[in-house]
Amino acid sequence: MGVVDRINAASRRVPVWTVYLLGALWPAWLLYLAATGSMGVEPVKALEHELGRLALQALIAGLLVTPVRTITGLNLMRFRRAIGVLTFYFVSTHLLVWLILDVQILSEIWKDILKRPYITVGMAAFVLLLPLAMTSNNWSVRKLGPKWRKLHRLVYPAALLGGAHFVMVGKTWEFDALVYLSLILALLGWRVVQAYKPGKSRRRVTKDASRVAS
Amino acid sequence: MAYKNVLKYSDVTPRADYLNRRQLMGGAAGLAAGMALGPALGASKYSTDLKPNPLEDIASYNNFYEFGSAKGDPANNAHMLTIDPWSVEIDGMVDRPGSYGLEDILTKVTQEERIYRFRCVETWSMVVPWVGFELNQLLDLAGVQGAAKYVAFQTLYRPEEMPGQRSVSLEWPYREGLRLDEAMHPLTIMATGIYDEPMPKQNGAPLRLVVPWKYGYKSIKSIVRVTLTDKEPQTTWNMLQPNEYGFYSNVNPEVSHPRWSQAYEKPIGGGLFAKRQETLMFNGYADEVASLYDGMDLVVNH
Repeated sequence: MGVVDRINAASRRVPVWTVYLLGALWPAWLLYLAATGSMGVEPVKALEHELGRLALQALIAGLLVTPVRTITGLNLMRFRRAIGVLTFYFVSTHLLVWLILDVQILSEIWKDILKRPYITVGMAAFVLLLPLAMTSNNWSVRKLGPKWRKLHRLVYPAALLGGAHFVMVGKTWEFDALVYLSLILALLGWRVVQAYKPGKSRRRVTKDASRVAS
Repeated sequence: MAYKNVLKYSDVTPRADYLNRRQLMGGAAGLAAGMALGPALGASKYSTDLKPNPLEDIASYNNFYEFGSAKGDPANNAHMLTIDPWSVEIDGMVDRPGSYGLEDILTKVTQEERIYRFRCVETWSMVVPWVGFELNQLLDLAGVQGAAKYVAFQTLYRPEEMPGQRSVSLEWPYREGLRLDEAMHPLTIMATGIYDEPMPKQNGAPLRLVVPWKYGYKSIKSIVRVTLTDKEPQTTWNMLQPNEYGFYSNVNPEVSHPRWSQAYEKPIGGGLFAKRQETLMFNGYADEVASLYDGMDLVVNH
């Protein structure tokens, strides 16, 4: 049995709920660190930035599942919904910290969303993820059928906007932010290449458009 | 000339005294005590009554891109910087150009404590008890010529000790500038310490500018060159993004940074639930400096 098969076999023994649990507790742990002074003298910004990073990391992890399976045979598909739901959860906590602890003032929040492009872009990404989070249940998958996969392609523009949001907030070209955006672009680019590849995958695309969305 | 900061501020004023000074000054007995310390050591009329942030805040949350762009980078990396010996090249339109050793400068100027509000363009703020001397004293040492209109400053360029300078995030060396009347204003100081400590390296040791009515990036750190000129000098952040960082950069709640509002600020040190407060025009120094800008459009000249 090869390494990949062994990892696949081992991963089947990991219950999906452990991913949910770990993900759910992580922001709480960060909040604890911020509240107890482990995040420095400006804990609000530190917490906000950590949660934003976490959201992008989860987003990238979700986008990695399909290419990793195609290229290496490593199959983590059963965790993908959990990764997606957690992405939305991390984005929401990032947004809540910004609203409640950072900006605080309602009139300023609206002005920021309308007038500050990096916030407009970040909010747009959040709005795109909303319907995905609401349809991340078996009932919706059954009910929507092929439309479900089509709808969930919204994660692509959302990822692009999320990556751009991080780059745009920096006062200079921040190396970290550029790495995140490059990863997102590479993962989206891989999908474009797959979709237009002649031969096997191309036929599969024509036969079943949903393949592209995975 | 070698610069050794052997004489701490506490050697001339015991720490307990100056920490309690403002309480003392409230009463007649305090006033007498203050006078007994001599005029240079009394609380400056330019100091704010606000409670200063602890040194821990001031020395751990820094923007000093020469050591990295994250807030903790300067505190982590600035130990690499050597500040001994240190001298400042003063050139351009001055009567006595040359290299001025810091130790020598400090024997010719009067240092005092200045507790100033400090406002970063990123909308956070602190209260810092600087120790330093008015910039006009340094300029007088060099003798400013009549035709000079501006003062240009440069930070040390030494990439082997300043890892941030090995990246291209900003154009090095860091440059700043003031109009001559701003530079001569008594609020404008060259700082050499905080509380009774020599200036922490992450805060711009051994010598930095402090212009309390302007956004923090104007207060250039670790200065090695001062040039008197008749042309508006290039300034680093302005070179990067002229629409975001003007030459004047006066704190102004009415003029937004294009990417965020400047109407409110967040005082550092309030923890997770610190309330935002309204930004003050000229960072609260309007009475002292507003007249410098009479008749100027502060939106155009942001």
